[in-house]
Amino acid sequence: MIQKYVESGSSFAPQIDNLILLVAAITGFWFFLTLGLLIYFVVRYNEKPGVRAMYIAGEDKKEKRWITMPHNVVLVFDVVIIVMALRVWYHVKQEMPTPDATVRIIAQQWAWSFVQPGPDGKLDNGDDIRTVDELHVEVDKTYHFELQARDVLHSFSVPIFRLKQDALPGRTIKGWFHPTMTGGYDIQCTEICGIGHGLMGARIYVETHDQHQAWMKAHTGAMAMGPTSMTPAPMLPNTPAPTAPTLNPSIAPKNEAGQPQPSGEEKK
Amino acid sequence: MSTATESHTHDAHGDHTHDAHGHHEEPSFFIKYFWSTDHKMIGMQYMFTGLFMLLIGAYAVYVFRMQQAFPGMSIPGFGRVTANDYNSLVTTHGSVMIFWVAMPVLIAAFGNFLIPLMIGCDDMVFPRINRLSYQIFLISVIVLIASFFVKGGAFGGAWTAYPPLSAKAQYSLTGTGSTLWVMAVALEFVAFLLGGINFVTTVMNSRAPGMKMFDVPIVVWFIVIASILFMASVGPLVAGAVMLIFDQQLGTGFYDPNRGGDPILWQHLFWFFGHPEVYVVFLPAMGIVAEIITVFARKKLFAYKTVLYTAFGTGVLSFFVWAHHQFIAGIDPRMANIFSVTTLLISIPVAEMMFVYIATLFGGSIRLTTPMLWAVGFLAEFLIGGVTGIFLGSSGADIYFHDTYFVLAHFHYTFVPIAIYGVFAGITYWFPKMFGRMMSDNWGKVHFWFTTIAFNFIFIPLFFTGMRGDHRRIFDYTNFPDLMKPGMQDLRMLATISLLVMLSSQVIFVLNFFISMFKGAKAEANPWNANTLEWVAPSPPPHGNFNPLPNCYRGPYEYSVPGRESDYFPQNIPS
Repeated sequence: MIQKYVESGSSFAPQIDNLILLVAAITGFWFFLTLGLLIYFVVRYNEKPGVRAMYIAGEDKKEKRWITMPHNVVLVFDVVIIVMALRVWYHVKQEMPTPDATVRIIAQQWAWSFVQPGPDGKLDNGDDIRTVDELHVEVDKTYHFELQARDVLHSFSVPIFRLKQDALPGRTIKGWFHPTMTGGYDIQCTEICGIGHGLMGARIYVETHDQHQAWMKAHTGAMAMGPTSMTPAPMLPNTPAPTAPTLNPSIAPKNEAGQPQPSGEEKK
Repeated sequence: MSTATESHTHDAHGDHTHDAHGHHEEPSFFIKYFWSTDHKMIGMQYMFTGLFMLLIGAYAVYVFRMQQAFPGMSIPGFGRVTANDYNSLVTTHGSVMIFWVAMPVLIAAFGNFLIPLMIGCDDMVFPRINRLSYQIFLISVIVLIASFFVKGGAFGGAWTAYPPLSAKAQYSLTGTGSTLWVMAVALEFVAFLLGGINFVTTVMNSRAPGMKMFDVPIVVWFIVIASILFMASVGPLVAGAVMLIFDQQLGTGFYDPNRGGDPILWQHLFWFFGHPEVYVVFLPAMGIVAEIITVFARKKLFAYKTVLYTAFGTGVLSFFVWAHHQFIAGIDPRMANIFSVTTLLISIPVAEMMFVYIATLFGGSIRLTTPMLWAVGFLAEFLIGGVTGIFLGSSGADIYFHDTYFVLAHFHYTFVPIAIYGVFAGITYWFPKMFGRMMSDNWGKVHFWFTTIAFNFIFIPLFFTGMRGDHRRIFDYTNFPDLMKPGMQDLRMLATISLLVMLSSQVIFVLNFFISMFKGAKAEANPWNANTLEWVAPSPPPHGNFNPLPNCYRGPYEYSVPGRESDYFPQNIPS
């Protein structure tokens, strides 16, 4: 149902699509049955001269069956939906398959920055690759992400992956995805985050192994010298609180300077 | 608007002087319209204030939907929309429609007007608290409107006001606006707390002699249950609002992770109130519909007690579903499982209520008057809101749908039936009692069909844009190439054009309302041949409502009783 409109590009996207289809089938059945009955009764029992309405209290068991039976059927359908929904949820949000790589995603007013491990495959080892508003990943690899926010709430959404996760200042939220299709797609911020909310888009590029290696190579050298590379977790709970909020370095870059740049270049 | 009410009421009083017992001295204009303790007058004050706020909410949606359809265009009556304006407009639309339209009209206006009349007493038990309730509400309206004109403009952090965006001026850029907004919301809650105390106490203590709890009309019951839900859920949010004001103005850090606070705390407090709130407005609308379908189907309500139990069930469950708004907010993912289960379970009492109403229509003798159209329309449209809610309650599917236009279309299919269909049903049904005159039924039907068709053409396209990934509160989609695929903008334009049709067809209602108020056919005390006690009082009821106060002999829905010549059996007629 959804894949007709938005291609499904991650390992769990088909599961979410199927769940949506299941819910659509069940609720669709009830919707048409109930609406049909409502319209039928309104037409069938329209007032006619000389015909008096029936007197039905609906209090005895026999009459109440008309309510209790559908009630029980709804309950059964509910259980089916719950079981399927929780299975999908467990797989997407609670399980953490072994990763091939980890990427750190930092949201701020109003840009996305992405920190990826360099050749050594580990974050925070001096050779990380940082990009702004552009995330390059390799197809058929499992990625973990560490999602952080510097100022207000944001939400990391990749519709093609059916992935969405809010980012919270002060916390690192972990999750995963596994791209299955190459190409460039939208990343959205789906939590209102101030006047630049509508500009806070980015692109994700899912590349083949060779493309990705070439991209890594092209970006590694420049990165090695990057000292600003920073303390990316700006808001550890035990960091001393800046008394004047404006002194907080984590929020300084908001504004035009932090605006999304058309092409993702590494920060120097 | 108050002048209109004034001249009308004078007029109506003139017509009914022979009904009015104990002739009072005519109070001064101010005393009568701003200092009244009469529940009917307070109900009218709430209704007209709510309908006035509806204009503000409608204006906001007009502007931002135009921006959606024609980005960057200079919009007639507003001008160019900046990103900041856009955020303020969506925030204003959301908060006004829920807090200053649905709440005052559905609970306060109908509750005040109907409860004493329907349970057969002369006024609320605490008339002066009732007056205070409206006055505080009016102050909240003034504070809110003032927030539109301060530096930085109206609050732009969405009606959910999630911190840190709402807590710090340098994030939201609407420092004063956000504080005034929170204050207005908190004041409004105080007003409804006072109202709720009155409603519950009055129904418990002032019922007509002979009226047992199971003889109380469903709408009164539902307003009482809604008031209890409101009073039980609002405390945490008021506390949260105070902390938010402290964060904004005193620099405290309740929601600031840098100082040991937590932004998620607000979300819990907000939705702990926010979800019961849905049922707080849903129940009165559902109650209005119950009154109308029984009268116009000439049927006894199917399984009266079951309806009450489903409402209790919904009310209790509604306190355990709040975190379904937060599945992906960064809460522990295991928590989503619990809230997904409770959320789907709440579909059962609501579905059951729907079945009961449909079963009530079975075997009826249905007259499709304007109020009946609104009532049946409510059931049909709310059904769409109900079934689409299942997608969002299923945690796995919500990962995709959360914060998209699918959610938006879903909750408009619940709130528009509630706050528009329910209100129009109630107004068209009780108009004769409120103003002593009949509304035009034909123009009422024209208004119904225009509104209904346009309404569906607004939100069905938005289900599709949501499925295709349109996320909410975006002032211009050109920044998202995947959302600018062919057809997407057409859907957005279709929704906007339908909105223009829907908004302009409200002119029919306004004209019908005011012309009928002065020129409509005179209404008798009981124009619909209904059973409940408000129809025993003259139309419009004088101060003190009844003369003499009625007794109650039976339940409210004894229509088409076998062996009785007339097909209704008013509650006040001895057997």
